[in-house]
Amino acid sequence: MASLTKSGVVYDARGLVEPDPEPPMTAQIDGDSAVIDATDLSTRKINLELKRIVYDEGVNNVTILNPGSKHSLGVGILKRCNITFEGSPGWYACGLIDGPEVQINGRVGWSLGENMMSGSVVVEGPSGSLTGAALRGGDLVIKGNVGARTGIDQKGGTIIATGSAGINTGFMMQRGRQIICGDANDGLGDSMYDGIIYVGGKIASLGVDCVPGEMDDSDVEFINRKFEIYGLGTPPELKKFVCGKVLHNYDSLEPSERKLVL
Amino acid sequence: MCGIAGIIHRDGPSDMGAELTKMLQSMKHRGPDSTGYALYGQPDDLVTIRFMLAEPKEYGGFGVEEKLERSRAEVESRLAKIGADLATINSDTGYAFRATVRYDGDLKPLADYLEDVPGCEVLSLGNSLEIVKDLGDANSVMDQYNLDGIRGTHGIGHVRMATESDVDLASAHPYWAYPFADVAVVHNGQLTNYHLWRRRLERAGHRFQSECDSEIIAVYLAERLESGMDLNTAMKYSLDDFDGVFTYLVATSNELGIAKDEMAAKPLVLFESDDLVAMASEEIAIRALVGREVDTRDPFEREVLTWQV
Repeated sequence: MASLTKSGVVYDARGLVEPDPEPPMTAQIDGDSAVIDATDLSTRKINLELKRIVYDEGVNNVTILNPGSKHSLGVGILKRCNITFEGSPGWYACGLIDGPEVQINGRVGWSLGENMMSGSVVVEGPSGSLTGAALRGGDLVIKGNVGARTGIDQKGGTIIATGSAGINTGFMMQRGRQIICGDANDGLGDSMYDGIIYVGGKIASLGVDCVPGEMDDSDVEFINRKFEIYGLGTPPELKKFVCGKVLHNYDSLEPSERKLVL
Repeated sequence: MCGIAGIIHRDGPSDMGAELTKMLQSMKHRGPDSTGYALYGQPDDLVTIRFMLAEPKEYGGFGVEEKLERSRAEVESRLAKIGADLATINSDTGYAFRATVRYDGDLKPLADYLEDVPGCEVLSLGNSLEIVKDLGDANSVMDQYNLDGIRGTHGIGHVRMATESDVDLASAHPYWAYPFADVAVVHNGQLTNYHLWRRRLERAGHRFQSECDSEIIAVYLAERLESGMDLNTAMKYSLDDFDGVFTYLVATSNELGIAKDEMAAKPLVLFESDDLVAMASEEIAIRALVGREVDTRDPFEREVLTWQV
């Protein structure tokens, strides 16, 4: 049973968006830039329109007005282009992207840039939990606090937060870098395999197998370069944390177990 | 996955029923099974009792209407016997009722006496609290119970995706903190030491109306409040006492609070302005309420916040 809402979006009885929508063709295209007003569009229609403009029309600069925190916006764009969100895109924004440079003039919810391959996302506000989950490459820049488990399972790329971070930042991270300018809550870098976390403020506690590292010239060069690219001013004094390489060698076996294994 | 929402108007009552509906409807994707409201109006001398006499799925069955009629007559006679002077009684659905009574005695015997009637569960009791919950999304529950015109200073709401117990009215949120007037709880998450706390609280004489793990929060807080503890402190204790993942909201006649577990496993977004405080599992619900871009923040793990209304 389908029902028509006030905004003209068709939902089925389970509340799911229409299964076979067409792009709404409502974007205003002006040369190499386009504007999509997302006020009356469903998530799916916004993404279809975005893909139509970027892929079919070949437009390189797209602005999305009134995203209204609708979730899963700007996902799966595999082409270099510039995307600007005027407002909060909600949860799961810019997941699985490969190439776009995204500017978000607002905040974001959970799971920003999940499994992102390359490109950049700059957020002018705070971000929810799981920012950059399974990030593979590219840069995420958050001008505010980030929630819990930032960069969980991170496999590459860089996450920069100018504010503080929640619990278990860098949980099970495998590669890549994080720069947290503020404080880090409990369990920083818990069970990390590799990668580097820089923290500017206080650390509530380190997670299992996360140990302080020594800053060298390449760290300083990297941090300065990223801060310069994104116009973040002078970096604060940062401490470096890396993996102690104990846990993932399974060196935590009981002596009797070790005898059996070895 | 469930969705929770809360509103406090610092500048007096507003259309709480319609406002909470907007927030809850926007989070329908988080829980399509049932929707519930705990609405706080201006306190008055009458005690409002919201109770149900049957589950929605039983309603309409053979002989059920006669049974409900008998139960309702029994409720009315029991109210008279215990000294509660019935002012009004009506039902929007046939199985869920709203009664107002003149009563200044202890609420626990009143609730116990009513719940002794077959099928009767007291959903809420108090001078300002009304709990309304039913199966379906927010718009359908609002229409069913005519919540459109209900005004209030604050309220909490819940959309439920059943994970731990049945899809029925008894397992729907919010939960009233039996036998405390005007205390209600909504919860997003799972509590893993539910049975331990349930046995402990049952031994202390508390009753449970459902098998839902979230009910434990309401009863737990009620016991803490009974011992004279303030709400904020009671909620801080709950962070250590409960295992599992949770973000919950609790409301009383003059306070509203939030608590997040130590893993920050469940979301919450908070918006505060001079005249309005709004919180919800997702920002989309806050957008549905205020209708424009606003600055919000996500509380971190182990945060307990309370507001005076």
